Amino acid sequence: MKLTLDALKPGNECFVKRLASRDILGQRLMDMGIYPGLKLKVVRNAPLEDPMELELDGFYLSLRHEEAKYVEVEQV
Amino acid sequence: MKREKTLVALAGQPNSGKSTVFNALTGASQHVANYPGVTVDKMTGHYRYDGIRMEVVDLPGTYSLTSYSLEERVSRDFLLHENPSVVVNVADASNLKRNLYLTFQLLEMEIPVVVDLNMMDVAERRNIEIDVKELGRQLGADVVPTVIRTGKGKKKLIKSIRMASRSEKPFQPLRIDYGPMEPFLAKIETRLSMEKSISGKYPPRWFSVKLMEGDSEARELVRKHLAGADEILGFVEKERHSFESEHDELPERHIAFRRHLVADKISKTCIRPKEDTKTPLSDRADKFICHRFLGPAFLVGVIYMLYYLSIVQGYNITNYTWPVLAKFRSLVESILPDPGFIAEPLIRSFSLWFVDSINALLNYIPIFFILFGLIAILEDSGYMPRMAFILDRLFNKFGLHGQSTLSMVLGGIYVGGCAVPGVMATKGIPDERARLATIMIIPLLNCLAKVPLYVLMINIYFVEQKGLAMFFIATISLLIALPVAKILTLTVLKNRDTAPFIMEMPPYHIPTIRGVLGRAVERGWLFIRKIITIVAAIAVIIFVLLQFPGISDERQAYYSEEKEKAIATFYKKIKGSPYAEELKGENLMALILYWNEYKTAKMMTTGEEAAKELNQKFEEENPVFFKIVQPKKDRVAKKVNRAFKKLFKARKKLLREIKKEKIDNSFLGRLGHSMVPFTQWAGFNWRVNVSLLSCFAAKESSVATLGALYQQEEEGETLEKRMKKGEVGFTPLHALALMLFMVLYPPCIATTIMVKIQSGSYRWMLFSVIYPIILGIIVATLVFTGGTALGLSGLQAMFAFYGLALTITIGMGFVKAKNVK
Repeated sequence: MKLTLDALKPGNECFVKRLASRDILGQRLMDMGIYPGLKLKVVRNAPLEDPMELELDGFYLSLRHEEAKYVEVEQV
Repeated sequence: MKREKTLVALAGQPNSGKSTVFNALTGASQHVANYPGVTVDKMTGHYRYDGIRMEVVDLPGTYSLTSYSLEERVSRDFLLHENPSVVVNVADASNLKRNLYLTFQLLEMEIPVVVDLNMMDVAERRNIEIDVKELGRQLGADVVPTVIRTGKGKKKLIKSIRMASRSEKPFQPLRIDYGPMEPFLAKIETRLSMEKSISGKYPPRWFSVKLMEGDSEARELVRKHLAGADEILGFVEKERHSFESEHDELPERHIAFRRHLVADKISKTCIRPKEDTKTPLSDRADKFICHRFLGPAFLVGVIYMLYYLSIVQGYNITNYTWPVLAKFRSLVESILPDPGFIAEPLIRSFSLWFVDSINALLNYIPIFFILFGLIAILEDSGYMPRMAFILDRLFNKFGLHGQSTLSMVLGGIYVGGCAVPGVMATKGIPDERARLATIMIIPLLNCLAKVPLYVLMINIYFVEQKGLAMFFIATISLLIALPVAKILTLTVLKNRDTAPFIMEMPPYHIPTIRGVLGRAVERGWLFIRKIITIVAAIAVIIFVLLQFPGISDERQAYYSEEKEKAIATFYKKIKGSPYAEELKGENLMALILYWNEYKTAKMMTTGEEAAKELNQKFEEENPVFFKIVQPKKDRVAKKVNRAFKKLFKARKKLLREIKKEKIDNSFLGRLGHSMVPFTQWAGFNWRVNVSLLSCFAAKESSVATLGALYQQEEEGETLEKRMKKGEVGFTPLHALALMLFMVLYPPCIATTIMVKIQSGSYRWMLFSVIYPIILGIIVATLVFTGGTALGLSGLQAMFAFYGLALTITIGMGFVKAKNVK
């Protein structure tokens, strides 16, 4: 089974492998700076578990788990 | 001499300090408008340099320039069709790599670009060293390092803009290498070059890339300009397919990916790799602010402070501003024609009604000013995205969005907000469906104007359980709003677009006083302008509906008779006194006015000195009248004083009766009567109907109208007492139904207009008015008729309804909505 970003826990680091969304979600992820080859880190989950906060190259993004499902990753 | 004008576009990603740059360049010469046909704000301003007027347009902050979002489309259309001479790309120096992604797209449009490498101080603090010269060389554009916040580099930026705008040599920026896609792009470019009708209109490279991306607007341009559009688009589609099958990647993804690769390469060569520093301060702060338990606690604290400072303290300020407004009213009063004994000139009653309506709103200005200021602080500090982060899961369950938080706080998530700025703030919600749902439910929250009616009802019918009742009404609105949002999401909004929740969590900033005040004033002003005009118009309409057709001649004659009787009694009482002669004919009315004037003036003066001065002034004006007003030890004057007081009271009573009859008989009053067959099931009688009808324009009116309908019998009797006496049959159950109807009351006119602006359609505006009325009648009827049938007391019905609402809310939270993309 492919590992996806939503399965990672706070503190985990990973490389982005592929974006599995063909629609606007994939484009948005790209535009906001999540692209194949990028290394990112899960910083924390929100108090109600969702969404999650990511650190990429010096800036921070938040993302819902259901959206993070479309980001295939390889854990470091 | 020809007046030269140069158009400058300001582009940049969110949080790059773009608006600070805009402010620094244009100063006070700013102007807000809308881009044609859309709700995106268009900020323009200008400055002069070299004797040339530089027109600056602040484009919306975007991460990219695709056709996916409204803001991006607006920015791109501007760059494409308005022919700016220069684009200033504001980039965050501390985050250069990500910012370059947008820079590349700007360069591709082949308009001269000046890169403003802003926030150099932040970059330095983070040990990021940028080789500005090398960066400029690689980009093929001017790069100006600045710290605009402190003014550093501003002069150089202005000079660079000028240079770029009049540069003779063609702008030759960096060409992004799209790798394996290059042959495909070349084919499209060749194909396009055969079309004479668009050569020179759009940069060919840009056009090819956009078509390869499958960009909808670029396709639209082809259709608009080219005769053989279908053939060309078919050709492009074929190329897109063959690229995808050859490389197993969507062309648009590959394009974005390549841009990131180039950005990565450039940032590696131009930025000295930062040493492994400790976690940034913002992230350390977030350990607490977004903490599982501390985060929500902090959030509650922030919202509480927002209320406390704006609503509670703002209300205290109105203690100082209200006298000013009252003075304004008496100033207006003094220049209007004097009232008669029972007849008031129409111009007088109308003008005073008008001033009262406007004053009622102006009175809230301190509250709004503080509220807007605090919101600006929250925005500038960077806390807003954290609020969204914490609450998104909860709101998402009901079809709303994390970024609905701000709107809901403004609208009155607990008690005391205003739907107008609440609806206005929905602009920032990127998810179309959640945005519309938010717009629709904001009016269900407890705005300030609903509160007076709650307070009145609770003070009469729930005296024993004041705190409990207030908590009920404060929280029930949310328990109604959330399920309603979910129901709308599952029904009328079912097919609306949703957007992913990808949100930047920018570093925290200390807000500047200038920025905060500027925004508070700007928004406050916008609010005043929009609202006052509308409220003024509605005040006129309601006045007419309440005044006409007026009372019958018969009744008028009756009142005249009563007036004569009262006057005759007065003269009989003072007969023989030396004052009798002085008070004949018109002089009596003059005394009434003098008396009124004196009482009002006295109410507004404080301190012994001032009181003395006032007495002196009035005594000088008319020593005889003054004797009657202030008889002191003079026994004859005292007697006249007493008789006059009686007459004065009789007049007041007559005026009140006339007013009541007028309302009763007015168009609005008749409507109230005619609605009773329907509203009786909700427990509303005609008086309640009239007061509810009268607050269509502004809900503050509900209590004022009730005040007019329940007349005072004794001086100074509170409305609470009067209403209790006037409505013997009224029970707490009636009150509960009425309060719940108020919760669901349709938005006021000002909000309705704002709904139109933000939803962009009259149909949504109409919907936002109609559905709360239907829902309100249903809920009020359910509570009143149901409660009566079950023999529940007001309190029991309250608990029962709360339980029901809570159950529905929780149940609704589990229903899943389908996402539309």
